[in-house]
Amino acid sequence: MMIKLQALDLTFGYGSHPILSNVSFEIAPSRLVTVVGPNGSGKSTLIRCMDRIISPKMGRILIDRKDLTEMTRMDMARYLSYVPQSSVRVFPTNVFDTILMGRRPHIGWTGSVMDEEKVWDVLRLLDIEHLAMNNFDELSGGQQQKVLIARALVQEAQVMLLDEPTSNLDIWHQLDVMNIIRGVVKKGGITAVMALHDLNLASAYSDRIIMMNGGRIVAAGDPSAVITEENIASVYRVEAAVKTMSDRPVILPLRQIREGQV
Amino acid sequence: MTGSFFRGRPFTGQSKSRRTGKRSRMQWSHDRFKLFRSAFVVAAVAVLLLLTGFIITLGPLNISVSDAYFAILARFYPGYFQVEELTSRVVWNIRFPRIMGGIMAGFGLGICGCVMQAVLKNPLASPFTLGITAGAQFGISVAAVVGFSLIGGPYFIIGNAFICALLCSLLIVALAAIKGASSENLVLAGIAVNYFFTSISQLLKYFASDEQLRLMTNWGMGDLAAFSWANSKILLGVFILCFPLLMSTSWDLNIMTAGDAAAKSIGVEAERVRIFIMVISSLLVATIVCFVGTIAFVGLVAPHMARMVIGGDHRFLIPASGALGALVLISADAVGMNLIAPTIIPTGIMTSIVGVPFFMYLMMKGKRKEFWA
Repeated sequence: MMIKLQALDLTFGYGSHPILSNVSFEIAPSRLVTVVGPNGSGKSTLIRCMDRIISPKMGRILIDRKDLTEMTRMDMARYLSYVPQSSVRVFPTNVFDTILMGRRPHIGWTGSVMDEEKVWDVLRLLDIEHLAMNNFDELSGGQQQKVLIARALVQEAQVMLLDEPTSNLDIWHQLDVMNIIRGVVKKGGITAVMALHDLNLASAYSDRIIMMNGGRIVAAGDPSAVITEENIASVYRVEAAVKTMSDRPVILPLRQIREGQV
Repeated sequence: MTGSFFRGRPFTGQSKSRRTGKRSRMQWSHDRFKLFRSAFVVAAVAVLLLLTGFIITLGPLNISVSDAYFAILARFYPGYFQVEELTSRVVWNIRFPRIMGGIMAGFGLGICGCVMQAVLKNPLASPFTLGITAGAQFGISVAAVVGFSLIGGPYFIIGNAFICALLCSLLIVALAAIKGASSENLVLAGIAVNYFFTSISQLLKYFASDEQLRLMTNWGMGDLAAFSWANSKILLGVFILCFPLLMSTSWDLNIMTAGDAAAKSIGVEAERVRIFIMVISSLLVATIVCFVGTIAFVGLVAPHMARMVIGGDHRFLIPASGALGALVLISADAVGMNLIAPTIIPTGIMTSIVGVPFFMYLMMKGKRKEFWA
């Protein structure tokens, strides 16, 4: 079952201040798509609107031509999963129980052996089985991010949304997390849509990049079409050198562009 | 669906052991933990039943433990158990209702504290932080000083406490619902309402006669003496209604402790669950508090004790919090009744005196790290 993801006219704002204005796009199945853009460009808002964590003022999300905006949250959770940037935990929970939460859309009150098996499968898949009985908040940042990805994976949704999954990680763990996501996209047929700050990481791993500025999409397409010196200058106000390495653009920021200069 | 993880697509060769049925070391350790968790809940309930029998024997009239159980069982199976008439009457009419009341009150406060802490994501949340007790105290004060009650007859004072407690919590829920039912809003509204009603109660104290003052103070200390069979039945009714409703939200509560955004993305209507929990637990707390008065400690601490031992899964945590709450309350009450008999130390005072050192001990020795660790 191949699922196409569509966003139509997504609009969001507080009062009269628009944060997203009529954002529309279409994503083919089994793609890794990153949403990039400067701070306040609306990329995290887009991710949160898509999952109705905040309710869009207008617009629809369709997966396989089914309108998610009309579904109950529980039904929607079978189509879309979400990986937050980090998780605040007031009370201690072990890793296994944290991941088991992701089975909620599929289970009754008791849970079943099958649900637990799926948690073990994902724990092994991400190579964190040895952490199963540890407390979530005792883990390192990279391990926590893996657990949150695992929780989204057991949800068995075909589309996974991620909100800056690499933002608190060192470079090794950034690659680790990106490789995991690329793995589930390629081998699992999942579509991943992720907000990301790091343009080089986005360029290296994405099938498609959506570049946002001021709540609108300003460029979308292959990394080489989006990550250009012109786009970075106009969107980020940064002069950068863009080179191509292994068919992917790589950026080297040179200097800030102040008002008046071009 | 039961094949490999991703809908029949072979995904990885990493997990070789999963089809062979062999379980890893981690899985064994998880199995052991699950067994321990269930065993703990069963054990807590068993200890509760044993302790009930023991506490019934304490008092001026000597009763053996077996007589205590027989006297209760004889009421249900009259043919099988023979007990002396006097023993039977003392157990059934005097000692048992008080213990039943204590168990239900402790259990109820424990589970309410547990679910409130979960939906408010706040370790300090309890029926008291949220102003529900302050509301009840206000009801008592109005009845005692002004002589006005919303319900007449035998429930003149208690009825007022119940209705004010309920109104107070509905006010908090309404405030939070209008402003968006975030946990911060609820806690803030609760604390504000708490101060408001406490102040009015104190204002009323200012005008109270000695007799009225004594009534208000006694209620404030918390006491199980109010429990007759009639009162216990009311509490039992509310309890039987509320307990399954709270238990049914266990999964949602587990997920809500991870934050609203995560909860929504997993399919939980976070705001709706929060309001639901607040309404149901307020009903139960209001019923308990109007009979027993302020027993502050149990609702706050029983859930923490349970969490330290069995972790954060509410399917087990709710009953465990309840059982521990009941254990603490009836043990403390038994000590208070018998320590310097015939003088009875109020239950609320004894609960804190007995419970706090025990809680401190658990905090120091507990294996499972709590939030402050």
